[in-house]
Amino acid sequence: MDYFIELFCSGLTRGSIYALIALGYTMVYGIIGLINFAHGEIYMIGAFTSFIVATVLSIYGFPLAAIVVVAGVAAAIWSSAYGYTVEKIAYKPLRHAPRLAPLISAIGMSILLQNYVLLAQTSDFLPFPELIPEFAFMEPIAHIIGSSDIVILLTTTVVMLALTFLIKFTRIGKAMRATAQDRTMALLVGINVDRVISATFIIGSALAAIGGLLIASHIGQINFAIGFIAGIKAFTAAVLGGIVYSGSCSGEPDSGPDRKFCHRLYFQ
Amino acid sequence: MITVKEVKRSLLVSLWFVFLTFPLMVIKVNPYERTVSWRWSNMVYVAIGTFVISLLAKAWFVRKERRMARQQDSCHARIPIIQRILQRPGYRYPLAAFLLGAVLAFPHLFSTYQANIMTTALMYIVLGLGLNIVVGVAGLLDLGYVAFYAVGAYSYALLNLHFGLGFWTVLPVGGLLAALFGVLLGFPVLRLRGDYLAIVTLGFGEIIRLILENWNAFSKGPSGISNIPRPGFFGLEMSLDQAMIYMYYLMIGLLLVTIFVVNRLQDSRLGRAWLALREDEIACQAMGIDKTRTKLIAFSLGAFWAGLIGVIFAAKTTFVNPASFTFMESAIILSIVVLGGMGSIVGVILGALILVLLPEYLRALSEYRMLAFGAILVAMMIFKPEGLIANVRRIYCYQGRKSNTALKNDE
Amino acid sequence: MMNKSILVVSGLTMDFGGIRALDRLDLDVGPKEIVALIGPNGAGKTTFFNCLTGIYLPSDGDIRLVSPQTGRGSRLNGLKPNKITKKGVARTFQNIRLFSQMTVLENVMIGRHCRTSSLIMGAILRTRKTRKEEQETIDKSYDILEKVGLSEQANEFASSLSYGAQRRLEIGRALATEPFLLLLDEPAAGMNPQETADLVTLILQIRDEGHAILLIEHDMKLVMTLSDRIFVMDYGKKIAQGTPAEIRVNRAVIKAYLGEDVGPDNA
Repeated sequence: MDYFIELFCSGLTRGSIYALIALGYTMVYGIIGLINFAHGEIYMIGAFTSFIVATVLSIYGFPLAAIVVVAGVAAAIWSSAYGYTVEKIAYKPLRHAPRLAPLISAIGMSILLQNYVLLAQTSDFLPFPELIPEFAFMEPIAHIIGSSDIVILLTTTVVMLALTFLIKFTRIGKAMRATAQDRTMALLVGINVDRVISATFIIGSALAAIGGLLIASHIGQINFAIGFIAGIKAFTAAVLGGIVYSGSCSGEPDSGPDRKFCHRLYFQ
Repeated sequence: MITVKEVKRSLLVSLWFVFLTFPLMVIKVNPYERTVSWRWSNMVYVAIGTFVISLLAKAWFVRKERRMARQQDSCHARIPIIQRILQRPGYRYPLAAFLLGAVLAFPHLFSTYQANIMTTALMYIVLGLGLNIVVGVAGLLDLGYVAFYAVGAYSYALLNLHFGLGFWTVLPVGGLLAALFGVLLGFPVLRLRGDYLAIVTLGFGEIIRLILENWNAFSKGPSGISNIPRPGFFGLEMSLDQAMIYMYYLMIGLLLVTIFVVNRLQDSRLGRAWLALREDEIACQAMGIDKTRTKLIAFSLGAFWAGLIGVIFAAKTTFVNPASFTFMESAIILSIVVLGGMGSIVGVILGALILVLLPEYLRALSEYRMLAFGAILVAMMIFKPEGLIANVRRIYCYQGRKSNTALKNDE
Repeated sequence: MMNKSILVVSGLTMDFGGIRALDRLDLDVGPKEIVALIGPNGAGKTTFFNCLTGIYLPSDGDIRLVSPQTGRGSRLNGLKPNKITKKGVARTFQNIRLFSQMTVLENVMIGRHCRTSSLIMGAILRTRKTRKEEQETIDKSYDILEKVGLSEQANEFASSLSYGAQRRLEIGRALATEPFLLLLDEPAAGMNPQETADLVTLILQIRDEGHAILLIEHDMKLVMTLSDRIFVMDYGKKIAQGTPAEIRVNRAVIKAYLGEDVGPDNA
């Protein structure tokens, strides 16, 4: 029974991170009807940026709390910048192109970003600094659920609540929902659709960056190719949860343990 | 043509990219020795590079807009030069004869090494033509094409290992096995819409690779299968050089057959149905076209060619392992089709030659190869979505009763 | 009612979730008859066409088709769209769905697909049978283009045609499937008076050649001049049927269109 709970918890942890990435797919798909193949790469860039920032700061001897905050913020900023740029370069000129064109362009972007990181950094696996310490008060249940699991679960919960608030109650959230339903109509009632799309990419990318930071510190190592597999898994989650806003959060906790089970079965 | 405003804009763009690439391009940390190196020179390269690219892109769009405006005036679609040459029968046959002569003489004019590279290029041309049926003509985005290639390669490797079957026996078997896999995958999958189909085929490609990697008892895992015999020629013993040249001619033969077959298929009832399916599925069904069946035929035909080339690949390298069948391989074949121009045979040939030979001859730049692939895919979609050579629709001749009136339109 | 109908629809019902788009609809079409289906927007006319052509699977009811040539009847419910086309029902679309990157002639040739049979081997070897079939396809398609007045533009892209010409091409493409029942979904929408007049001539000519026609149309002048019989729908129900003269004075129809409160009978 303990084993099951342990599996369930670690599945839940991973699942909630994938949910963060999956949200990016879902949001973009909802708004412009495109599978953003480059999204996994955005996540990878988020992980890499946080790795670089965290390592540099730790070399210069900053305290752990500062490292975590700065690395997280940096990852979110740069991932969003990449997401924004990718949209402007690869998708915006193709808004009215045939269906396959933006898809191929997205695949191209994914390959481009992957190899850009490969060339700019390295192809080796890099050890990710441990950002989440083992809390003392977690000692009694540490064999079932680790400290990092708790932190990840809390973070994803907070982020998702924030996102729900953003989409349900803010101006831009309303504009996003309107654009998702009918882009032409949204345009006609005076919504700046270009800005909404940009905002979607920025938010989705920031979520992916947080996911990147969490998963990298959870697993403890990164390399340039992590985006591809994570992207496929997250996309699967997005599809399982249904391509609607709140869906990919609710679909995820079930599929998390499932995937974990499959992994176990697969490797034994 | 380029105003101060544009230059300013480009400057802003380059500034943005300097910011964007700062952490990844400039900082490099060594987590083991705990050192940081700051590569400031990269920043300058990025700034200059993006500035120039941004200006060039702007200039291109300005030119394109002007051309569009002019075209609307003259009301005539511009036909590219290559197409015009190909359409003239006076040029076509001498050109074909010259090309054939050059291709046949190639291994004797250059080294075997060159012939070997050329053989690889020819393989990619055939792969491109196969995928072209699926993606270019029928409009089904298949991202797991390499799976069928792997099926072909492993069917030769395994059938040879276990049953000692020869190359010529396995060649059709490998193709048919791949086609069978195509049908098996296609049946449940082809009802999906374009982007979902892309994801599922991508997943399928990965599944095949992972099976080959992990099912040791079946495929010998990551270490692969070696000592696969080269194709025989009536039991003749051949040196390595001879075998390579033989391989080259074999590929030429297969390529000619492929071009012939693909050309005829595109120009048939089936080919038209594929094109129509690419454009509008519902209208297609309303016109009495069986959607599933037509798609399935395209899918399995494409797989068939991948299987054939898989067998040849195994025979050429005498060694197969799962590392040869990654998603990147699918991406390369897809870029060949996209770069050349979807649906166009000449385009695919040109695309394959560029994408395979260029990195081969620019060895120094070979690590930038995949980067270039990605960039090409994006750039082609933005600047020239129709590819290097767009497919031109055929003009049919009417030979019915009122032939004289109708024929006038064709001339 | 004709006793030898080629299409008999009885009790056709279509539910989308909780919404009943078609409610126990009955309709029949006789051979060589022009029947119009009218009704306000959202009455379920296009849904009805989609049920007939197999794009939607009806929730309940029966669609029977009787071939005038063989006299054999068959049930259309649950058949795939391409099978239904093969049985002799062809349609056009309200929002034009041509293959825009193919030539005008090729569009019509696609319509011949279900009447021809060559496949992979035939295409590769280009057998005598295939060549004959291909030439026949081209010739018949040209004939149809002449009929709809587009033979001059045979080798232009379908997307370069004018709006009215695109509608005519859709009709031509549907005719190429050799239907005995032709379904036209708002064929005159967006046409100018001259184009509409040409269309009327064309439809009458098609009828005279032996095709029955079921059309959805909002242009009342066209409906009243063309149709032999008219069915009127509102909220998924049939509210009236009859000759143009009868429909003109039908109170339920007037109420549906003008919203006049005539009586409590149509809740």
